[in-house]
Amino acid sequence: MIDFIARRLVAIIPVLAVVAVFVFLMLRLTPGDPAAVIAGDNATSEQIDLIRAKLGLDLPIWQQFFIWISDILRGNFGESFFFKKTVTELIAQRLEPTLALSICTLIVAVTTAVPLGVIAAYRHGSLLDRVVMGFSVMGFSLPTFVIGYCLIYIFAIDLGWLPVQGYTRIGADFGGFIEHMILPSITLGIIYVALIARITRASVLEVLNEDYIRTARAKGLSNRVVLMRHALRNAAVPILTVIGIGIALLIGGAVVTETVYGLPGLGRLTVEAVLSRDFPTIQAVILMFSVVYVVINLLIDISYTLFDPRIRY
Amino acid sequence: MSDQKPVLEVKNLSVALPQGGDRLHAVEKVSFTVKPGEIVCLVGESGSGKSVIAFTIMGLLAKALKPVSGEILLQGENVLAANEARLRELRCTRMSMIFQEPMTALNPVMTCGEQIDEVLRTHTKLDTTQRKTKIIGILTRVKLPEPERIYASFPHQLSGGQRQRIMIAMALVLDPVLLIADEPTTALDVTTQAEILKLVAELQEGQGTGVLFITHDFGVVAEIAHRVAVLRWGELVEMGPTEQILSRPQQPYTRMLISSVPSIHPAHRGVRLEKETVLRTEKLGKTYAGKSFFQKARVVKAAVDVDLDIRRGETLGIVGESGSGKSTVARCIARLIDPTEGKVFLGKTEIATISPSKLRPHRRKVQIVFQDPYRSLNPRITVGDSIIEGPMNFGLKRGEALARARKLMETVQLDPNALDRYPHQFSGGQRQRICIARALAMEPELLIADEAVSALDVSVQKQVLGLLDEIRQRLNLAVLFITHDLRVAAQICDFVAVMSQGRVVEYGAAEQVFGAPKHDYTKSLFAAAPGRDWEFGKFATA
Amino acid sequence: MTAIIEEAVDSAAIASASSKRKPLWQLAIRNPAVIFGGAILLIMVAIAVLAPFLGTVDPTRIDPAARNKKPGTEITYRLDNGTSFKHEAYMGTDTLGRDVYSRVLYGTRVSLIVGISVAVLALAFGLVIGMVSGYIRWLDGIIMRIMDGLMAIPGILLAIALVSIWRAGLITVIFAIVVPEVPRVVRLVRSIVLTVREEPYVEGAISVGTPTWTLMFRHILPNTIAPLIVQGTFTAAAAIITEAILSFLGIGIPPETPSWGNIMSEGRTLFRIFPHNILYPGIFLALAVLAINVMGDGLRDTLDPKMSKKV
Repeated sequence: MIDFIARRLVAIIPVLAVVAVFVFLMLRLTPGDPAAVIAGDNATSEQIDLIRAKLGLDLPIWQQFFIWISDILRGNFGESFFFKKTVTELIAQRLEPTLALSICTLIVAVTTAVPLGVIAAYRHGSLLDRVVMGFSVMGFSLPTFVIGYCLIYIFAIDLGWLPVQGYTRIGADFGGFIEHMILPSITLGIIYVALIARITRASVLEVLNEDYIRTARAKGLSNRVVLMRHALRNAAVPILTVIGIGIALLIGGAVVTETVYGLPGLGRLTVEAVLSRDFPTIQAVILMFSVVYVVINLLIDISYTLFDPRIRY
Repeated sequence: MSDQKPVLEVKNLSVALPQGGDRLHAVEKVSFTVKPGEIVCLVGESGSGKSVIAFTIMGLLAKALKPVSGEILLQGENVLAANEARLRELRCTRMSMIFQEPMTALNPVMTCGEQIDEVLRTHTKLDTTQRKTKIIGILTRVKLPEPERIYASFPHQLSGGQRQRIMIAMALVLDPVLLIADEPTTALDVTTQAEILKLVAELQEGQGTGVLFITHDFGVVAEIAHRVAVLRWGELVEMGPTEQILSRPQQPYTRMLISSVPSIHPAHRGVRLEKETVLRTEKLGKTYAGKSFFQKARVVKAAVDVDLDIRRGETLGIVGESGSGKSTVARCIARLIDPTEGKVFLGKTEIATISPSKLRPHRRKVQIVFQDPYRSLNPRITVGDSIIEGPMNFGLKRGEALARARKLMETVQLDPNALDRYPHQFSGGQRQRICIARALAMEPELLIADEAVSALDVSVQKQVLGLLDEIRQRLNLAVLFITHDLRVAAQICDFVAVMSQGRVVEYGAAEQVFGAPKHDYTKSLFAAAPGRDWEFGKFATA
Repeated sequence: MTAIIEEAVDSAAIASASSKRKPLWQLAIRNPAVIFGGAILLIMVAIAVLAPFLGTVDPTRIDPAARNKKPGTEITYRLDNGTSFKHEAYMGTDTLGRDVYSRVLYGTRVSLIVGISVAVLALAFGLVIGMVSGYIRWLDGIIMRIMDGLMAIPGILLAIALVSIWRAGLITVIFAIVVPEVPRVVRLVRSIVLTVREEPYVEGAISVGTPTWTLMFRHILPNTIAPLIVQGTFTAAAAIITEAILSFLGIGIPPETPSWGNIMSEGRTLFRIFPHNILYPGIFLALAVLAINVMGDGLRDTLDPKMSKKV
């Protein structure tokens, strides 16, 4: 078990290394002087010189990489000249809305999608199955921001049930926080529900064709027991996998959703940083999201051992 | 026993196939009975409908198949008329089933104990300790060692034979009156098979259980059956006591089938003449080493110190159970995998270590026919193109190659005009002939047949074996024949090498190895061969 | 006698095999999902090609007098030569007075170009890299680590990062969307190559001395076609959405080019009063993506039944 976790940990090192190299090279691939790019459009030549010295731009590129990566490993992501703050501070400030949005969405999506997928598989070929599948295709096809604006128009502007945009901190007013989270979580959750419901249905269907399901039926078990006790647990691994992979959709979707609902989170920060060509911030955000994504998938990998006793290597 | 009321009566049963099939009924007007304490074998080749009957009795038939007429009486109760809830009550209490694939028939994420416990929880009102006692009891009865440990084990921690014992324990824990066994030993090695057959016979005799045993293997029939029903295309051809069916079959089909069963006594074929050696291996070995950072590297020795020698015009058989390394040796000789130790001499050339580019001219000389006829030909190109691919790789013009292919189609007794058809238009046996033609098109010196007849029905198997032997004689070809089937080996091989755990444990003339085995492993292998004491007659089939 | 038996015994197998191998394209074309999706797509293509003839005006034409009009308003455009003409703005106008109907119709062009080029490029790069990775063992490790790394960066973020490096433009946007899609195709192709390599018919071809290139093109490559076509449709759908997202966020296609994302981006500020700026391009976008996805599902069910069981 510990061996398994250790090996998984080692396996993510090259992945993170590739990400780090890519993010590092990003700045070098932009046309122009990296120092000038970092300093932003209104920088003085002294500021640019200062940055150049700090990055060691005269050194060979691999030395620059090591300076950069060792800074980051010490938690120093550099300074945002556009926002006049260290990037670490900036991220800390914007963390809460994104975290809240992701967790709410995850809860909403998983609790809807898995039952939907199971029912669709169980009633394979029925009207219900076709409705779920149809919804799933729609969910993939409707862009997040179109859904977002439709929901705002219906529930906030027309019916006036919920606030249009904005964010209330969880510590300040919990009720307000929930009100502001409902529409964004549903908006972001739809594509995720579509994905998970589809995979759940497919995995359960596949498991239902297995020999051991036939054995279970030959034992005289009821269909419900066969489904809940035998099929679902065996289908868990692919479902978990897709929940993990889907985190990428969640992160991408958060960028859009935060823009639509005016949430002051990391997604919005990313867009602002790109628009103002604030490279230290872009680098930090991409690096951070990637690490989070990889770590979540690592945790999911490890959790497989809880569901499938065969996975032990 | 004959005066007892039957536990199972199947009367006039017909099961419809979905529209667009090759025939209307999977099973047509089949009637038979199983009495208490009796083992009835349903025997037939693929497509005979024998498994369909079993699933119909259990009520587990796929939705596409529908019973359209007849009755199935389980102790007088018509299960065809029973509703789903009643069927569930009957399953495992009065009728149980065990399946062909013990590897996949158990739920991989539940312990074996839990899976048997489910049966008791569903059908009885026993409390936890009573159930546990009962389960340990049945595990002991199916002769599993350390029942407590097995109870807590997951299926993947057990061997195939042990898993099949778990299945049997699960099926018999509530002492049903009828046990349906659907090819329960087909996926097992011969020694395991013998143990399982013995276990089933013992248990059913003790409890007076009626057994419906489905098999394609007449050896198994001879071993276990009291009565036999022969099926073909869903119809019952002939039924009677085992002795009568096996020694005095009335119907031409039954006569043909039984005649096709290869004898376990080697065909006499004279002694070795001093002739030119085609292939010789010297201490051939293949080791697989798994790389790992944390654990000690796992080393699997698939083949160790294999010395073989095949002369022109001879067939050398390698027999062994699964995992014995017999296919590894074949694939090393064909250089589909690279051996890690030893040498392979093809004529005078050593080919085990030469580079791929130097190897290419020698590729022609060794050709291989694989087990699975459905995957051995590229489905996207015509069989003609498959056959001429090799010769054209070695510089033959398309026209010449096609002419050669036409001739070869005749050699393998197929229509030469069928060269422009695709593989899916041929049956399994025909595809295997095409694979032989493809191999022969290279004018090889050594032909390797890697379980080449194992996937075929016995009647087709007989023809392909006959063809291979005829070709060997006519072309004076050296043949390396890999098989797990002792009967097949006895019929086709001049010399036999018995492999176990990567090593050749016994090697000699077929007659000598089969007639007077020396090594303990060989002895146990022969002792386990089903129906070894039965000489299947050769009947005139007209 | 025996030949007849063999024939009949195997007939069940033949029946199942031959039903599997009816001409796939005919089956695909008859699939209702493919017909439905394909029809909508054809209409979209027609709109893109025929945009100038469908009662549109110049989509970049700015008219201060015609700002923020509701759908159905009649607008009088004055031309530079002094003449004027009337035009009904079916979908209203935006904050600069541009006709939304014309912009939406012309926007079809951008979306289709992005969808098609991303799919083609991602498949091409993915196919080559995947074949190399699946066939050349020593390169496999390196290539797959790089692909894993690229896949560790959420797709849209990677595209955003690339756009931010290269500055906006159609070509930039296309490449920025291609890069995150390539690893998926590579994995698909590689897994097919690795599976097919083990097939006995490939080993059979090796043992008759078939050269590596023939082996690849004749025996291995054809197996990738059906899954790649299916993958291609889904890639195209995802690319159209990603382009719309980038443009919507204001970091995609330059704002003067009419694209659905851009129209919605401009409509954002006055959304509460004039929802039509977001509604109409949104409907077109959703319809186009839905059509491609439905068609992809249909193609997968017919061309690649093994995969359709998995997903």
